[in-house]
Amino acid sequence: MSALQLLWFILIAVLFIGFFFLEGFDFGVGMATRVLAKNDDDRESLIATIGPHWDGNEVWLITAGGAMFASFPLWYASLFSGYYILLFLTLCALIFRGVSFEFSANAETAGGRRFWYWALCIGSTVAPFLLGMMFTSLIQGLPMDKNGDIFAGLWDNVNLLSIVGGVAVTLLCLIHGLNFIRLKIDGNLRDRARNLVEKLYWVLFAGEVVFAILLFIFTDFFKERPISTLLLLVLIVALSAISMYCAYADHEGWGFITSGLTLGSIVILLFNGLFPRVLIADNPAHSLLIKDASASPYTLKIMTIVACILLPIMLAYFIWSFFIFKRRVKASA
Amino acid sequence: MALMSIGVLSLARWQFAMTTVFHFFFVPFSIGMAFVVAIMETMYVVKKDETYKKMAQFWGKIFLLSFAVGVVTGIIQEFQFGMNWSNYSRFMGDIFGAPLAIEALLAFFMESVFIGVWMFTWNRFKPAVHVWFIWLTMIGSMCSAIWILAANSFMQHPTGFAINQATGRVKMTSFGAIIANPQLWKVFPHVITGAILTAATVVVGIAAFGLLRKHNHDFFKKSMRIGLWVSLFAAVAVIVAGDFQTQQIIKDQPMKFAATEGVYKDTGKSAPWTVIASFDTDKHETKSSIEIPKVLSLLAYHKTTGSVQGMNSLNQELHAKYDKKFGADMNYYVPVKTVFWSFRVMAGGAALLLLTSILGLIFTRKNKNTIENKRWLLWVLGICTYTPFVFNSAGWLITELGRYPWLVYGLQTIADGVSPTTTAGQLWFTNIVYFLMFSLMGAVMVFYSRKIMIKGPDDDGAGYGATANNDPFSKEAFGR
Repeated sequence: MSALQLLWFILIAVLFIGFFFLEGFDFGVGMATRVLAKNDDDRESLIATIGPHWDGNEVWLITAGGAMFASFPLWYASLFSGYYILLFLTLCALIFRGVSFEFSANAETAGGRRFWYWALCIGSTVAPFLLGMMFTSLIQGLPMDKNGDIFAGLWDNVNLLSIVGGVAVTLLCLIHGLNFIRLKIDGNLRDRARNLVEKLYWVLFAGEVVFAILLFIFTDFFKERPISTLLLLVLIVALSAISMYCAYADHEGWGFITSGLTLGSIVILLFNGLFPRVLIADNPAHSLLIKDASASPYTLKIMTIVACILLPIMLAYFIWSFFIFKRRVKASA
Repeated sequence: MALMSIGVLSLARWQFAMTTVFHFFFVPFSIGMAFVVAIMETMYVVKKDETYKKMAQFWGKIFLLSFAVGVVTGIIQEFQFGMNWSNYSRFMGDIFGAPLAIEALLAFFMESVFIGVWMFTWNRFKPAVHVWFIWLTMIGSMCSAIWILAANSFMQHPTGFAINQATGRVKMTSFGAIIANPQLWKVFPHVITGAILTAATVVVGIAAFGLLRKHNHDFFKKSMRIGLWVSLFAAVAVIVAGDFQTQQIIKDQPMKFAATEGVYKDTGKSAPWTVIASFDTDKHETKSSIEIPKVLSLLAYHKTTGSVQGMNSLNQELHAKYDKKFGADMNYYVPVKTVFWSFRVMAGGAALLLLTSILGLIFTRKNKNTIENKRWLLWVLGICTYTPFVFNSAGWLITELGRYPWLVYGLQTIADGVSPTTTAGQLWFTNIVYFLMFSLMGAVMVFYSRKIMIKGPDDDGAGYGATANNDPFSKEAFGR
């Protein structure tokens, strides 16, 4: 494995961490339009908190996919063809919630608005659930042949670990979204978000324990990398504990940051367990390795140069755009 | 098994065609709209006339609708290469992934961030600052066109690569050569001018419908004037750019060119242009046709002489060249009828829009301003709203079907690129759902655009909430 291969493996992880940190709260706000909002005014205020950001946040996913294609084409090809139906349904969810922002603002009838609000909520719930499912199913050892073709059946996609993983990611996104709402809105909705998020942390802890046990049973993480896996699990629990403490103590900013980092550290846990593989086959000889799956050294070099130039510029205006919209959204009465 | 795999291939091709065509309804429109709206807002900054601000905001609403649909249908495209065409992705990954990643990193972030800022900061920045956000959005969207076309141009005319002998896959040898691909710099201007023509035509058309409804008269007429000028220049430019692109195609993909003009047999010294024709695609011959002498030489070489090679002899050449690698039973004839007629739709369409722009400009000129009495013309302009989407699709059909039977010209056939894991059942399911979803979204898009037109520019609209004046990232959020 070359240094550039390792770098790009880490960079893909970073892009997914960015995606879950950012789009994670978008998903959470989308779910909150049902579980938190009581009427359309509430919903409008909630949507306003992510209105300027959701599109840019989603680009992290597109960039992660593109970067995976560029740096590890074999990984990209096997993963995307192997998770055909899950990814297709994820796309449907992303499409419906993506257009719902514009369409609900243009809908004039109550029925039209209701339809697009539901699309937003369902899309925002289903997308993180399916992505969580995909990431927790692909660490279990897939029926993959030596060409990297994955012939996964339903039960490879849908099983105990992947369902728990999907639910955990969805729940974390909701918590993260509620923390974001507490930061970005004032009045009644802010208080209600506080009350709800406090309860959800207890469910999250239960979920994390179950997840850790299932990880031990269903994956080879504890066999392959016992110490780092254990440390990362401790980190995940510690971060969610800090996040919960902040939620109770009304340190809204830190609560938000730590719930995002919790999501991020789950991504680290998965990538750490995958390493040095990118896809785990049920027959270890067929597993796809970092050293075999990558693009040529020349392409990696070009992409590294490009990323070094473009990433800082992109991050600068990306962060600037959050600075522009740092004020709270006016809540409905 | 054989039948099943044919099914998968056709279904995957159908899906690619359907999703890209639908995506490509909105992409050129959004690129062009960003340009038109940017012009309007710039006029507001320069002339300090509130009408232009209203204009930018009004047309901006329709732009945002289309942008949203363009974004979400774009994610399908990126996923689709892996999902349906995994062997293509493996074969081409070393080349194809890089432009996609750069497109996301450079262009998608730029357009999505600045469009978000643009939407919500009308009252926060001075007009002279705010206008930059729409220009940056436009630059971002045009950059995205460069990178995706760089990827596509490689498929049409591979440059800067070698075959990795160990794996049999394509390997990048020169990033510079991929960017400098002559195809790219011929197709990019054609696509961009086509995009601007699309948006301008829609602005003119919606304004025409507005005038027919006899409200907001001045507003729609002013918008129409801007739209007409833009569409006039864009129509001329798209034709010129198309001509440049044709020169390149004659060189790189003579089969594609022969098919767009329906030439089976090599022509004589001075080639006649076939206006319309009927073909026998089994016998590979033209059944009957209407021809104009010398015009094809004129189109191809800009002079009255010069022969054009026909598909029959090109087919033999291609067999001689590729039989060793791909076998003798390859069919190198592209789908002639579709390509031939698509070209006529596209080129005729550009001519039509050029004509309507001129007519519109004549009847809206300052001293003889009679367009509101020319209801026939308003109807024509109104109906033209829908046409550029057809012309754009026709252009893509030529580009993509004209590449047949190659996925990557001369390197990989379409049949070799499809995912071995995907089943016909999966593809039927996803095709049907996509189709229903696209129908719904297209209908809603048209419906809401019409609503926006009827409500006119003075409607503030619901939109998202406004922002109040306290800062959540102040100290109180991080501890007390």
